[in-house]
Amino acid sequence: MAAFDNTLATLKQGQIGTIQSVDAADPQVQRLMVLGLVEGTDVELASAALGGDPMEFRFCGSGISLRKEQASRFKVTQRDRGD
Amino acid sequence: MTKATETYIPLDEIPRRRQPDASIAVVGSPNSGKSTLFNRLTGLRQRIGNYPGVTVERHVGLLRLDNHSVELIDLPGTHGLSAHSLEEQISLDVLFGRMPGTQPPDAILAVVDATNLYQGLYLVQQLIELELPVVVALTMFDAARAEGLQIDIGKLSARIGGAPVCPVVATTGEGVAALRDVLSDLVQRPAPDAAPAWPELAEAAAEIAKSAGLPIRRVEVERLLVDGATETNAPILEALGSDAATRVETVRQALFGSDPPLAHEARVRYAWVRDVLADVQEKVPVFFSWRTQVVQFLNRPIPGTLGLFVVMAIVFQAVFAWATPMMDFIDESTVALSGLVATHLGDGWFASLIADGVIAGVGSVIIFLPQILILFLFIIFLEDTGYLARAAYLLDRLMRSVGLSGQSIIPMISSFACAVPGIMATRVIPNRRDRIATILAAPFMTCSARLPVYALLIAAFVPARQVGFLNLHGLVLFGLYLFGITAGILTALLIRKTALRGPKPPFALMLPEFRRPNMRTVLIQLLGRAKVFLRRAGTVIFTVAVIIWALAYFPRATDLDPALTENEAAAAQLEQSWLGRAGHVVEPVFRPLGWDWRVSSAVIAGFPAREVVIAVLGTVYAVGDEADEATLSQRLKTSTWPDGTPVFTLPMVIGLMIFYACCLQCAATLAVIRRETNSWRWPVFAWCYMTTIGYVGALLAFQLL
Repeated sequence: MAAFDNTLATLKQGQIGTIQSVDAADPQVQRLMVLGLVEGTDVELASAALGGDPMEFRFCGSGISLRKEQASRFKVTQRDRGD
Repeated sequence: MTKATETYIPLDEIPRRRQPDASIAVVGSPNSGKSTLFNRLTGLRQRIGNYPGVTVERHVGLLRLDNHSVELIDLPGTHGLSAHSLEEQISLDVLFGRMPGTQPPDAILAVVDATNLYQGLYLVQQLIELELPVVVALTMFDAARAEGLQIDIGKLSARIGGAPVCPVVATTGEGVAALRDVLSDLVQRPAPDAAPAWPELAEAAAEIAKSAGLPIRRVEVERLLVDGATETNAPILEALGSDAATRVETVRQALFGSDPPLAHEARVRYAWVRDVLADVQEKVPVFFSWRTQVVQFLNRPIPGTLGLFVVMAIVFQAVFAWATPMMDFIDESTVALSGLVATHLGDGWFASLIADGVIAGVGSVIIFLPQILILFLFIIFLEDTGYLARAAYLLDRLMRSVGLSGQSIIPMISSFACAVPGIMATRVIPNRRDRIATILAAPFMTCSARLPVYALLIAAFVPARQVGFLNLHGLVLFGLYLFGITAGILTALLIRKTALRGPKPPFALMLPEFRRPNMRTVLIQLLGRAKVFLRRAGTVIFTVAVIIWALAYFPRATDLDPALTENEAAAAQLEQSWLGRAGHVVEPVFRPLGWDWRVSSAVIAGFPAREVVIAVLGTVYAVGDEADEATLSQRLKTSTWPDGTPVFTLPMVIGLMIFYACCLQCAATLAVIRRETNSWRWPVFAWCYMTTIGYVGALLAFQLL
């Protein structure tokens, strides 16, 4: 079992994280949930811009760009793509 | 809110032609291929306007079917039925029939990207709750096939209550005929008969709606329960009666507990979506294709950023270089047309009005059309390929350091050509504060109309020395560009720290996959842009041009010395026209900047359109309309104050250039700011602010240097 403090922001390139819990108090985070980032979604880190922020994620057929701060609101369990 | 009253129209009085029989709303998430499908269905039979009071574009098209026609309303992209942006608000208002001037839709065409059923079905299940007939168009079906996606159309249709599902490829037209067949009798079909994805919410909402005994739809109460009494939902709460607020609150408590309702909704509905997907789709793909590989490469920080600069350089170059021949052609045509008027109408005031007022005035707008078309061609093209979102993503960090976001970059770059399309391009910025800060920064970018003024002054007054391997002329010009950029960025920073202070907006941007854009769609959009530009900006600048013409033409000088040459007579006429008198009147104001009445009146005349200054200087210095720059700069150099000291000293010229770099001398820009911010407040502020900065800058330069 992966460490519990893994978030989308700590994913490495090519890693896939399954969202375990979302800190949903922030309305902006709720908007991201409407886009499909809810518990159970598999999210892959596709790339990061110069300096590592913002980050680009892919999930279920979409790509989304998030700033690190937002990405850290999503706790995940991570695995490598090949697993 | 006014309720539409039902009126009885005798059958034979219903207009037969041109009147659509029904109205179908086209709804889909952004990047679902909605616009491409809409353009494929309606072609050029569409009108672009604005929704009342806002700057969101309203696209309405006519779909001709065998023996009747239906109206298609292309709604702004939306992810669901909760409004988080102006665009989503508009979509909601139209869907709920609350948009004045737009009839409530009779049916819904839901557009879903076949490669992204996950988000698409989230929207579809909410649309089903509107209890209207729905057809689902699965766009980009070719891309789905290429990715090896197997979608069971029949099962999908069954899971969404029997609503027809049509796979289409809008770019090639594949499957569109079948979709048209469904659309032709969609209005007569029943609404999908689907069990709600969230029965608890639906039941609670239905009960509240029923007990009110009013024609309130279940879905409206559902939104009230989830989103609370927002601006959209407040009328519903009011209609429900006096004790409704507490009842709604009780139900909300029971439904959501302490969970944020919207988060709760997302969890419940996506659980349903996953369930449906497991049923109709072979496997949930994690999104790989050769295009993904290209994207992956271009997304690496270094190649991506380098690639972005190459793209920006090409756009910038194209706007400047490609437009020049067309702009020269328009310029020559304007001159030729004026000449034609002069030969046929003589030289009365009417001929002057037509030639110098109308033709020159309208010409001064149309001359920007090539740049605007080329720029928009690129913007629409890049947007359709999905690159624009990527550019915003790559530059977000850089722009954030100056208080803006990545989405501000395209408007800023566009403004180097012309602030008008630049400001129009700020529509891609969802955050209002960011958008206005970008709009205020954009006019500082050195636009192509400033260039001739800079060129004239630099050639005349900056010595052509070599500085290292660089020419001083080029260096000064570069400095003026840098000055504009710095002033713009400082303005954005300042405004974000004061009047528009607010939290830095989060940056969540959907990044679509690269797509081959459809040229047909690009051209249809381009035509629409051109029409909007010519109609809106054209009327304003036309009026102003005629006013300036009148100020320079009247009153006529009566006792001109017949010995004067034609050019000298024109100069004498200008000196005692309203404009010349105004120049004399305001001379004391500009005196501290080292300007005489001639420069002052040229500057005043330049307020509607800054490039006019060259022409006015030409007239004031009596070199005629066809002033070649060499003659004009010679005159400027020898121009003196009554006491014999030269007017154009280096500090004065530097001040003048600073004034030009800052001052908002462009009626078209003001008009477009007014339109895009939907208030006079911002254009007035921008004008005062920029003029003050320009004046102070010129004053400091003249007094201190």
